[in-house]
Amino acid sequence: MSNHSILPQRAPLLSTPAWSAFFAALLVVCALVPVLHLVMPPDSPLHMSEYMVALVGKIMCYAIVALAMDLIWGYTGILSLGHGLYFALGGYVMGMYLMRQIGRDGNYKSDLPDFMVFLDWKELPWHWSLSSSFTATLFLVVLVPGIVAFVFGYFAFRSRIKGVYFSIITQAMTFAAMLLFFRNETGFGGNNGFTDFKRILDMPLATRNMRMTLFVITGCTLLLFFLLSRWMVASKFGRVLQAIRDAETRVMFSGYKPLPYKLSIWVISAVMCGIAGALYVPQVGIINPSEMSTAASIEMAVWAAVGGRATLVGPIIGAFVVNGAKSWLTVTAPEYWLYFLGALFIVVTLFLPDGIVGLWKRLRGRGGRGPKAAAQQSAALEEGQAPTGAVAPATGGAQ
Amino acid sequence: MTPELMEQGRRIASRTGGLGGATGGGASSQVVEPGKVDTRHGRILYLEDVSVSFDGFKAINGLSLDIAPGELRCIIGPNGAGKTTMMDIITGKTRPNSGTVFFGSTIDLLRHTEPEIAQLGIGRKFQKPTVFEQLSVFENLELALKTHKGVKSSMFFKLDSEQKDRLVEILHTIHLAGSASRRAGDLSHGQKQWLEIGMLLMQDPKLLLLDEPVAGMTDEETARTAELFLTLKGKHSLMVVEHDMSFIRTISDIVTVLCDGSVLAQGTLDQVQADERVIEVYLGR
Repeated sequence: MSNHSILPQRAPLLSTPAWSAFFAALLVVCALVPVLHLVMPPDSPLHMSEYMVALVGKIMCYAIVALAMDLIWGYTGILSLGHGLYFALGGYVMGMYLMRQIGRDGNYKSDLPDFMVFLDWKELPWHWSLSSSFTATLFLVVLVPGIVAFVFGYFAFRSRIKGVYFSIITQAMTFAAMLLFFRNETGFGGNNGFTDFKRILDMPLATRNMRMTLFVITGCTLLLFFLLSRWMVASKFGRVLQAIRDAETRVMFSGYKPLPYKLSIWVISAVMCGIAGALYVPQVGIINPSEMSTAASIEMAVWAAVGGRATLVGPIIGAFVVNGAKSWLTVTAPEYWLYFLGALFIVVTLFLPDGIVGLWKRLRGRGGRGPKAAAQQSAALEEGQAPTGAVAPATGGAQ
Repeated sequence: MTPELMEQGRRIASRTGGLGGATGGGASSQVVEPGKVDTRHGRILYLEDVSVSFDGFKAINGLSLDIAPGELRCIIGPNGAGKTTMMDIITGKTRPNSGTVFFGSTIDLLRHTEPEIAQLGIGRKFQKPTVFEQLSVFENLELALKTHKGVKSSMFFKLDSEQKDRLVEILHTIHLAGSASRRAGDLSHGQKQWLEIGMLLMQDPKLLLLDEPVAGMTDEETARTAELFLTLKGKHSLMVVEHDMSFIRTISDIVTVLCDGSVLAQGTLDQVQADERVIEVYLGR
């Protein structure tokens, strides 16, 4: 038998319109925004303000986190409520480097970071020994979250901890880490964390050019991670992850060990968060233990849910929508933000299981082939089958 | 194993001419290869005195059972007889409290995990059809395909021409050739059963455990399934748990009746149906 024509063709990495959108986004990040910010005169209506650049830069870091959440939750069905930990670890590694870059320009004019002088420490603790090297920092940004995630993931997945129990443990982990980082003795600046950064790679941080450079790097990282994620979920690896989400026993009885699969995607997801954290800190100028608070991690899950799980592009949209709304509401009506977040989560859970992307698909499907689709659906119902459009692709992660 | 058992097994093996001759290579090669199923003694599956209890309830109680290469064995028994638990033990899902379970003469199944047992060549169909609903029929079969199943090989996996041939062949076998790109969740119940059987075949297992394979199928689908099983017999060993007696009559040679976690009777369907004790557990009490 050689008739392969009945087999479906493998879909390309991205469709042609998707590639166009991708390159358009790349152009916006690398050319349009720098021109609008640096070249346009400040009084021009087209000028992009420093506030906007900082805001979008920050949200792009969150979008990387949302993408990481989608890989582990949307595709693998493992709901992590502790990804803030990995984000903060990456951020702290970068923060340590930035603290060392301050040099003797701190309030106490000492070689040691200010908070250590304040605590009357005479020398750097051991875990600060690599913090003066930028190269080492780049490696540690990947390694620290990666190793923590590997150790935690190995024991959790080996013990076959699943569903809501896993989520609770991740939540407990990040909370415990927050308490640890709050303590002055651990040498991470206690509840104030790190701030007052002055320069990076011996260049001043607070310039328009540096801000733009960090913005472009963040945007390119986001786009690169999007492509990488797309490649992963389109490979057989990605389909095994979805199979684990939908029927893990069948995966085992098909000869796959779920542990290495779960562990790989867990570590990849954590490393992505760590890199996002490292990009976030120099742009925002502060890192403290509140990034590890339980609420911060839950918000990350909300971004992915609002945008649409298991779609990759959805969580990026979700991060922009939720954080855009957040920065707008916290200025105009700060007391309503938390109510809004709660309401948003309820609405999405009840009415939009596929998030914004699912809503868009449904609207487009209805507009494009209205009566035909309806007829197909009723025909399917007569045959005793569930209508396909209404079924959520990612059945709740925390089952 | 007793000498009589070995002798009987050798007879069955030579009659079916299947796995026994192929893997053993007759008496000439006596080398035992690790990881290879050794069926020279005429038994592909061998359970002896297996017991397991859950919270004091003995689900399996001193069960001994063996299956020859290429044999199609039907298992019947009332609810709670331990049929599914027995399959759980064979596939590594449940650990027995005592007893031995061997795959061929050399592989102790109690030392292996579920994925390892699947890779060794035991495929299992669940009572409730279990397919990957969000993936297409084609992707379901592709995942089940016998190949390296590590993370790295999955990331860079591409179907070669031979594997595509196999996929096409199985798609025809399970009558889903026209539905390759349909979402598995949209299939009818009977089609899901077929897809799951197809996934087992993609693994190219030596032994298939089938838990109620025709439940929820139409008469026509049942007839086709019986036909399929009869063609598999000889090439593969099959263990079929079913309640549908007419289906069993079509496919069975030897029927084993389980009751209260051990073998109550064994023989042809007519023999066991005439057995007083079998009539009692099904009708009496």
